[in-house]
Order: sequence, then C-alpha cells, then structure tokens
Amino acid sequence: MQTSLLDRLFSAGLLIDTGVDGLYGRGGAFEDVIARFEALIGRHAPDATPEVIRFPPGMNRAHFEGSGYMKSFPQLAGTVHSFCGCELDHMNLLQCIAEGGDWTEGQKATDIVLTPAACYPLYPTIAKRGPLPEGGGLFDLQSYCFRHEPSKDPARMQLFRMREFVRIGTPDEVMAFREDWMERGAKLIEAVGLDVELDTANDPFFGRAGKMMGNSQREQKLKFELLIPVTSAANKTACLSFNYHQDHFGATWGLETADGEVAHTACVGFGLERIALALFAKHGLDTADWPADVRAALWG
Amino acid sequence: MSAVEAIRSIVAKHGKLPVDVATLQDDADLYAAGLSSFASVQLMLAIEEHFDIEFPEDRLNRKTFSSIKAIAEVVTELSEDQQAA
Repeated sequence: MQTSLLDRLFSAGLLIDTGVDGLYGRGGAFEDVIARFEALIGRHAPDATPEVIRFPPGMNRAHFEGSGYMKSFPQLAGTVHSFCGCELDHMNLLQCIAEGGDWTEGQKATDIVLTPAACYPLYPTIAKRGPLPEGGGLFDLQSYCFRHEPSKDPARMQLFRMREFVRIGTPDEVMAFREDWMERGAKLIEAVGLDVELDTANDPFFGRAGKMMGNSQREQKLKFELLIPVTSAANKTACLSFNYHQDHFGATWGLETADGEVAHTACVGFGLERIALALFAKHGLDTADWPADVRAALWG
Repeated sequence: MSAVEAIRSIVAKHGKLPVDVATLQDDADLYAAGLSSFASVQLMLAIEEHFDIEFPEDRLNRKTFSSIKAIAEVVTELSEDQQAA
C-alpha cells in the first residue's frame, strides 16, 4: 500500500499527529523551512517599507461580526467559548465530563473569535486611526489562522499560518500593488524550484448564495491564485492568493483615503504551510538532499 | 402585475440601491447603479421565492442579474421550463 504524504511527514517528524485532522505540531526542520521562506519573501518584496504588525490568532469578536465573515463563510468560523458559571455549575460540568456527556453546552462565547485570515484584524485597526496619509498604507502581517474544515489532506489544515501584505489606498494604487505581486510571487516560487500556474479563483462562499458570490468574484477577476502541486500534480494547491476587495473593507470599516474617498484594499497572501509542504513534496523530506540552487535560495 | 413590474418592486425592496429604482430603465445596468454582490444574492433569493422557481447554478452569475429586463427574461424562461417539468 502506498503511504500518503501526511503519513510520510509524520514518520519523518516534520509534522506531529495530535489525533485531530488538520491540527498538527511542527518539527524543527519544517519550521526552519518556513522561517527561511519568510526571509526569502522579504528579499523579493518591493522597496517600499511596510508597517509590520503581528496580531495573535484571535480577534475582537465585534470586529469579526462587523467584517461580515458570517454572511459568507459561516461553515469555516471558529469562536472561543469559556466556562463562566458558579461552583455548582462547575460540579455539574465535571460530572458531565466524567459521564461522557456534552459538557460544552454551558460554555459561553467570549469576546474572542479565531482569526480567519491574517488581514481581518487590520482594517478596523487602521480605520480607527482616521483618514490614510497621502499614498495610502502598506502593511506586513503574519498570523496563525483557523478554518473549520477537518481533512486528511495535509494542505488543508485547520490551524495554519498566513503571511500577508495588504495595500490600502486608491483603486489604482491597490491594483498596481496586486499586479506587481502577481509577478513577484511567481518569480519567488520559481526561485525555490516549484512549478507555478496562475489562475482566477473564488473563495469557498457558503451555499447556493455563495455559488453566486463565487461566480461573481471570478467574472470580475477579483481573486487570483498561484497553484502548486502538493499532494497531486492534477489537483494543484493554491499557495499564494492575490485579492482585490474593491471597496468592501473600506466601506465596511469607513477606511478613507487622504482625499476623503472610500479606500480600496488588496492583499497578497502566502499559505506558509502549503508552500513548505510543496517544497517537501517536490524536493524530498530531508532538506539536506534538496537541489543546490534551492538550498542557496533559502539558506544562502 | 407583470413579471417586469414584480421584479422592479423586488429590486426596490432587496437591491439596496443608492438610487430610486423608479428612475431606472428596464435595461439599465443594476451593478452600475450600485447593486452589491451581497444585495444581488438577497435579490436572487427573493425572486426565487416570489416566482417559485430555482435558478440553476449556471445562471447564478452577474449576467442574470445585470438588469430588470435580464432578470425577467431568465425568470420567464425558468417558469416555462420548471412548469413543464
């Protein structure tokens, strides 16, 4: 029987099984590849200096609600709940756990929701500062993100890291940013010896209404993805995405350009685990055996 | 009420347009008039309910909802098909 990529990653200690599909520990060699790749992203980035912000993997629930995420992706969201009861509730809770019952029923929603994409906490934060300066804003983000989609496919994790650059400004500024990164992204991936294919894409919007949102997104070419083979050469995996949100986040959060217009936004997102997986799938599970040019690009 | 009139009133109620729907011609571009992706989804669901039809997936696109006239044409076609079925 052929062992799956996931099993081989477990055996090599690159990923560590936790008993939950899509929730894995990472070994040192895996983390090293991600760190080296992130440094390479920095070397391929344009000269403009972004403002670096690191949010934790949880965001303000009010900001999450305001973002409209539940309109589009209710099936992917994860909320943080905690025990908020009295001592008697605690006793009942322990008894329920001991009996194998559903002890989570009494848990209450906290003010924290797991971050669904690295840029979600950014927009309300920037809106709070007031109108953008002349020339708009450029931000460098990275966060663990959560999406509830358990799978045996190692490229579909429930908790994974997303590195993002976000541009906020006029339509021309954000479109130019996205065009520029589509070229840079392809060069970056080619530099580490991976095959790339750029294609229009849509987000996994929920239900039939979502089918319409997805078709509309494709028709307007709002989302492009760089597809790279990970588990299959036929069904490639999106490892980078280039998104133009038009005025969606600008109008939602009241982001304004220096001229008082509703700001447009665009982002480029790197699926860091997916890129690492593509590298291990292509070049082998031992980084010492990777081709010299790939090693030189990553380790210098 | 004709299909066009019914669609016009549904657009007025669910389209969340920044302009008065009464000022729009039947063939006016609804997206140019400010129809958002999300409002077009609510419009789609309201039209399905009113006419008791279901848009097939290949019709769930911007072209179908591009104008009152375009919506009416698809509704008429689907009403005939889905009654015949």
